[in-house]
Amino acid sequence: MSTTERPLSPHLGIYRWPITMALSILHRATGIGLAVGLIALVAWLMSIAAGPERYLYFSSFMATTFGRILLIAWSFAFAYHLCNGIRHLFWDAGYGFEKSQANASAWVAIAASVILTATFWVMVL
Amino acid sequence: MAEFRLPPNSRIKKGKHFAAANGSSNVKQFAVYRYDPDSKDNPRVDTYEIDMDSCGPMVLDALIKIKNEIDPTLTFRRSCREGICGSCAMNIDGGNTLACLKSVDEVRGDVKIYPLPHMPVVKDLVPDLTNFYAQYASIKPWLQTRTPPPPDRERLQSKADQELIDEPSACILCACCSTSCPSYWWNSDRYLGPAALLASYRWLVDSRDEATGERLDDLEDPFRLYRCHTIMNCTQTCPKGLNPAKAIAETKKMMAERRH
Repeated sequence: MSTTERPLSPHLGIYRWPITMALSILHRATGIGLAVGLIALVAWLMSIAAGPERYLYFSSFMATTFGRILLIAWSFAFAYHLCNGIRHLFWDAGYGFEKSQANASAWVAIAASVILTATFWVMVL
Repeated sequence: MAEFRLPPNSRIKKGKHFAAANGSSNVKQFAVYRYDPDSKDNPRVDTYEIDMDSCGPMVLDALIKIKNEIDPTLTFRRSCREGICGSCAMNIDGGNTLACLKSVDEVRGDVKIYPLPHMPVVKDLVPDLTNFYAQYASIKPWLQTRTPPPPDRERLQSKADQELIDEPSACILCACCSTSCPSYWWNSDRYLGPAALLASYRWLVDSRDEATGERLDDLEDPFRLYRCHTIMNCTQTCPKGLNPAKAIAETKKMMAERRH
């Protein structure tokens, strides 16, 4: 029997995610989110260059609930990618690889990014 | 490339249920992945009710009881039953571990048992480890020297040098770590995976080995080493408490340091 006919054992669907695995994929997701968010930044700058009417159009869109959700998600993506990036810097230097350390630093990164995002919006609004 | 869905021939169907004998008081249910290569059927999950009052404490004890008393066709690897041979590595309750070291009491609810994840299945809980072993062989897991040994004695090490290789030498090649790694799931054809890289590190830091440069050269590749993204599943799951993630990070540091 050829090995290609063999079934593939289940993976993502059955694996219990450790916190470090969830944060790893969130790091990648927020990285993509930040890149997409740059398009919004460019649109904002272009609307300024296009004159007051376009700028008003853009800023009124961003003031809607949907626009605000986008902005909050973008700011969280920025804060999280920054905090978890610092975590990666420690790892690259060889620190924080014990299970207890990696799990603790995961929660620190989450807490710090939530606090950063909340602080930012308290200051803005 | 990452393929998140199981191929059509691998999707799991509902299997048979084997109820416990009447009068059993301490029943635990085991849901076990089954695949019969002699039939054309897809894999399925059979459920077995076990009276834990007449069963040993470990998941391996329950599997042996199922095979002896309920369903002799159930197939799995086991040998030492004390966590040193690495044969009974499988996915239990969502994590990769050795069935002989995993206590049934640790599992809340049904005990779900699958083969090691994202591997070709030979039968039931037996995965095909050919690629895994080939990757281990590819890192040349033996002492390589260029200088002749001392004429009157072995190549000796200091106690401190020995301690560097103590932990990575304790790996039993059960494949729990490599098959827990999403990076390995998506790229096992090109990424060596944590087990082979831990073994590689064991020779990189061996004070007697004289092929450090060549060993690092072999890892200078976008996939073999650098597909590690520090997801940490390997270290989280290792049934021997070893730390492949740290060994890989140290290897990356060695790669960076020799460039400067």
